[in-house]
Formats: sequence, C-alpha cells, structure tokens
Amino acid sequence: MTSIVPKEQSSESKNELINEEHEDFRLFGLVAFLIADGMTFAGFFAAYLTFKAVNPIGPDAIYELELPLPTINTVLLLVSSFTFHKAGKFLETNESKQCQKWLLITGTLGVAFLISQMYEYFTLPFGLTDNLFASTFYALTGFHGLHVSLGSIMIMIIWWQTRVPLGRVNNENKFPFEAVELYWHFVDGIWVVLFIILYLL
Amino acid sequence: MTISLKPSDSPSEKLQPTGWLKYLSFSLDHKVIGIQYLVCGFLFYLIGGSLAGAIRVELTSPLSDFMPREIYNQVLTLHGTIMIFLWIVPVVNGAFGNYLIPFYVGARDMAFPRLNAVAFWLIPPSGLMLITSYFINGSAQSGWTAYPPLSITTPAAGQIIWILSVLLLGGSSIFGGINFIATILKLRRPGLKLMQLPMYCWAMLGTSILVVLSTPVLAGTLILLSFDIVAHTGFFNPSLGGNVIVYQHLFWFYSHPAVYIMVLPAFGLVSEILPIHSRKQLFGYTTMVFSIMGIVVLGLVVWAHHMFTSGTPPWMRLFFTIATAFIAVPTGIKFFNWVATLWGGKISLNAAMLFSCGFIINFVLGGITGVALAQVPFDVHVHDTYFVVAHFHYIVYGGSVFVIFSSIYHWFPKFTGKMLNENLGRFHFIMTFIGFNLCFAPQHWLGLNGMPRRVAEYDPQFQLINQISSVGALLMALSTLPFLWNILRSILYGDVAGDNPWNALTPEWLTSSPPPVENWEGEAPLVHEPYGYGKKDSNKNKEVIK
Repeated sequence: MTSIVPKEQSSESKNELINEEHEDFRLFGLVAFLIADGMTFAGFFAAYLTFKAVNPIGPDAIYELELPLPTINTVLLLVSSFTFHKAGKFLETNESKQCQKWLLITGTLGVAFLISQMYEYFTLPFGLTDNLFASTFYALTGFHGLHVSLGSIMIMIIWWQTRVPLGRVNNENKFPFEAVELYWHFVDGIWVVLFIILYLL
Repeated sequence: MTISLKPSDSPSEKLQPTGWLKYLSFSLDHKVIGIQYLVCGFLFYLIGGSLAGAIRVELTSPLSDFMPREIYNQVLTLHGTIMIFLWIVPVVNGAFGNYLIPFYVGARDMAFPRLNAVAFWLIPPSGLMLITSYFINGSAQSGWTAYPPLSITTPAAGQIIWILSVLLLGGSSIFGGINFIATILKLRRPGLKLMQLPMYCWAMLGTSILVVLSTPVLAGTLILLSFDIVAHTGFFNPSLGGNVIVYQHLFWFYSHPAVYIMVLPAFGLVSEILPIHSRKQLFGYTTMVFSIMGIVVLGLVVWAHHMFTSGTPPWMRLFFTIATAFIAVPTGIKFFNWVATLWGGKISLNAAMLFSCGFIINFVLGGITGVALAQVPFDVHVHDTYFVVAHFHYIVYGGSVFVIFSSIYHWFPKFTGKMLNENLGRFHFIMTFIGFNLCFAPQHWLGLNGMPRRVAEYDPQFQLINQISSVGALLMALSTLPFLWNILRSILYGDVAGDNPWNALTPEWLTSSPPPVENWEGEAPLVHEPYGYGKKDSNKNKEVIK
C-alpha cells in the first residue's frame, strides 16, 4: 500500500503547509500531563489517609515526626518557586545574566531541598519496611523527591541553555523555560499538600 | 505564540520508508500509526483468543486434565491482560482514534505527532515482555486484577514483569489521552464548533478525560504493589499490617473507568456507522453528547460496586448501588438514540451494519445484567461466578469487539482503497454472533447455579453447559478464518473502492482512499453537518459527494 499521491501534488501540498500556523499548545499538553501526574499523588494520598483512618496501628502511636527540618524544606521550595518566577521576568526583558543568576539560585535551592531530605531520611528512627506508616512515608516523600530531582536536573539544563549567545532558550524560544517553571510550581504545590497531610495532620 | 509548520525536507524525513515498510517504522503520520495500532492489536487478539481457546478446552471436562493448575492460572491471567490492555484499549482508542480524529477536527495530524509515535511503540515491547514472561519463569497467576495477597504470594518474577508491562501500557494510554484532548480541543479547524463534531470526537474526548484522571492512579497502585513484592513492604500485605481493601479501591478506581475506556469509543464508532448505512441523521445529537459526559462523570464514582463482598459498609453499598443504577440512564438514552436512528431508515444490511446491530443487541443484554449486578443482594449471590464472566464478555466482546469488526468493515475501503467482500463479511457476522451467544449466554446459568470463575475443576453437573459454551468458543475461533481470508483477498484482488463508497458526509470520506500524507490535497473541508443525510436543503456538503 503505497501512497497514491503523485509526487508533484504531494510537494505542492507541502509547500502550502509552510504558511499554515497554529497556536502553540505544548503548555496545554503539559498541563494535561501534570493533571495525570497529580492523580498519581492523589492515589498515594488517598491510600495514606485510608491506612491512617482504618488500620489499627496508627502512625503517631509509634513515631512522632520532627517538624523543624520539613518546615525548612517547605520554605526552600516556596522561595525557589519565587526565584524561578523572578528569572522568568529577566528572561522577558532579555537580561540573560540576571536570568541565569536567579535560575542558578533556584537550582541550588532544589538541590538543598534534596540534601535536606536525605539528611532527614538518615536521621529518622525507622526504615522502609518497619511498618505501614514508615512504608507510606518513604513512598510519598520518595516519589516527590524523584520529581524534585528531575526538576533540578531540568533547571540546570535550562540554566545552561540560557547562556548568551550559544544557548537555545531565550525570549523568542521560551517554551522550555515556561514548561520547567510550570512543572516546578506543580512540584512545589504537591509538597505543600504533602507537608500538610503527612507532617501536620 | 504560534508555531509554523516547516516543510518536511529534513534528511530524516527523506529517509522515511514508503510502501508497507512504513508500517514498521517510527512514522509520525497519524494514519500510519492508526494502522500500526490496529494490526498490532489484532495480532495480540489472536494470541489472547488462543489462550481463551485453551481455557475452554480445559473446561470441557470437570477435571483439571488438560493443563496443570499453575499453567491454567497463567493462561487466564494472560488472556485477560492481553485482551484488555493490548487489544481492546489500543484498538478502540489508538487505532480508530488516531486514524479518524484528525480528519474529524479538520487537521493534518495529531497535536503531538512524536508523542503519538512514542505511545504506539511502547505497546509491542510491553506486550512481548508480558508473553515472554511465560517462557522464563512463569507468568503472573493472579488474574488481570492482581489482587493482593494473591499477587504477593504467587511467584514474584512473573508478577513483576506483569506490573512493568501494565505500567508501560498505562503510560502509552496516558500519552494517547493527552494527545486526543489537545487535538480535539485545540487543533480544531477554525469555524468548526464543538457541537458540530462527529460523535466519535465526543466519545474520544470523554474517554481521554477518563484515561488522564484514572490511569495514573493504577500506576501509583502498581508501584506500591511492586514495593510489596520486591522490597517486602506491607502496603497490601495483611501479615505486615497492610490493608488489601485499599488496593481494591485504588485498582477499581482505574479499572471501572477502564470499562468505559473500552466501550465509550465503541459507542462513538457505532454512532458514526449507523447514520451512514441507514441514510438518516443521528438521532438526538445533543442528548448523545450529554449522555457521554454523564457517563464520564458517573463512571468515576461507581468503582466500589466491584467490592460488595469485600466488607464494604452499608452506606457505601447504598451509594454505589444508586450511582451504578444511574449510569443506566445515559446508557439507555444512547441505546434508544441508536434504535431511533435506525427507525424508518433506508437500511443496507452490509457487514458493518450487521455487526453494529449485533453490538446493540449484545450490549443491551450485557447492560441489563449490569444493572442486575449493581443490586447488592443479587451481586452477593453471584459474585465471582460465571455470571460475572458472562456479563463482562457481553460488554467487552459483544460490545467493543463487535464494534471493532464493524469499524473494520466500514473503514477498510478508506484504509486501503479496496472493498471487502460483503458476503464473506455477512458469513463472518453470522458465525461470530451465533458462536458468541452460544459461548456466553449459557454462562449466566452456570453462574446463577454457583459455578465459580477462574477454576480449572468444577462440579460434574455443570459439564454439559460448559461443553455447549466450548462449542460456541470453537465457532468464534473459526469465524476468524473467513475474516482473515476476506482481508487478504481484498488487499490482493479487492474491487477499487473510490473516494466515498458509502456516500458518507463525514470528512474522512471527502478525500482520496487511501488519503494523501497531509490528509487533503488542498484546504481541509469544513463539515458543519456530519449527519445531514436525507435533508433536502441546508446541506452544503451535497455538492461534494454528488
């Protein structure tokens, strides 16, 4: 089954396509993906809350989570969302040096979050398989940490690509920047929910 | 910001193979990807069908004598998983969705062509992985539901491969869903309103919303289950303080909508086929749209009706019974709309039409048993018996698979430019219809009398009915032969179809068969009335079809 279009016509229709434009809906696709990703977290949260409500061995009966470190983590992520936004402002005004500076700060905050999270893991008195609460705790924070890790790597790539004149991300082509920023805000928002459900409730 | 489509003259595009080889390539053309989904799905259907045949052979005698019980469990697990995740879901969504949706919205391709190709190419490796697990250390043995603790206690290797494979297929499904939502909502040709779209677009929009909202929950659940198997955590392991009911809730939060993911696109396809072959407008377009969206919303809040015997509290039983019964309302609206579409029409009883009518009959039978199963007292009596098996197959085989065959008969001329033989098609339909009903109707009786499902051995009193059922299965298997012969014969020597053999008004018929790479030679046609059959005026498409 070969294509039945004669060659001349086919190239003709291709030439027409040069003028055909459509809206950029890559961000729309990303939002749909983030909704899907959010549903994975929703499933985890639902499981955690059900375990907590139904199962006889309550998590708090055994371990009390320390609050200071996760609170610092929350602040780190919230500030990094703000700095990312600031970098975006400088990208729009083509001040790439400033933009790169704020991106670097954002990436550093992300890595600082990860280090702090690791520190918390090593100092916690329970391991992955100790009990149901421990398993759920590591599954939730681990899955979120995976998102932060990916986000930090992507921020570093964006940072590398905003350098002038060789970088490919600039005011004309800022979809990669916007996509990573949206993803980062999403990961940040998930952490706030996670912090409330896991540590405060 | 706007994107300009560049002319495809990059070297990689020039290296794209043409001819049949393009179906084995990483093609970005939505039509090629659609056919890839269809053929790949059909190959898995043949494998899944052979496994079903093995199950029916085992069940011709009350003793477990055809194969060992472990093998029987693996066979039924593989049968369910292959048929759902590798045949029906990819074909009703991926195959026809990819082929038709860009035509229906007046686009030259899907919104994200590369993502589309990635979504397809996730399927063959995960399917092969699933099947090869049988030869390595034995496949999963816990059924397609993979309920713990069964899935934790059966051999781990097969179960882990099963989980990985389903995760990949779920990812493929999510990518496809995102693509369909973006294509339908964003890539519509200017001037084409949402309420002017063919019904299949609405069905795919609803299905894709379900896919995006529910599939990730299954992914999360299976990740937790794999932790239980590999790292010996206790999420779903009661001996470690876990809770199996949570798994069931999370699993059915996906797997009940999965039934709609399998059957909603079939609703859409039937709504395309019936008006064309009865030369009438689709009855009740607006009510169709609202009933699809009603099914989407209700479909997300009925999952616990699968768990009436899992110690669900009375309030939960009450809520889920009522919610499930409510789904019968939008489904009933669609059923009556189809019947009203046929009513007084100029019906041509070709193979596509016959399979669609077969779908309506089977689906209403499956729907009635579905409403019956939603009632707690009845459900508790027949839970996990062959009654459930019969109900489920009336929906997915009598419903979705009949529609897939109907759609193949309907769109084959567009896919290949060749006509199928109608008499062979009618013969195929009669064999399938009789075989299907002979196979599954008696299973209602088996279930009501207490024969449990998923067992290789049963009480000798059920032997005769089981043998009747197996004869039906044999007839279904044989019915594939005239179909395959028909396809092969038509590709080689079939009559030339022409652009529009059915005199249809929907946009995919307003181009050559098979369509050119960019779908239309010139500008895409603007079809405001895809179902304007039998109308004297206000039909702007008429001049196009002559």
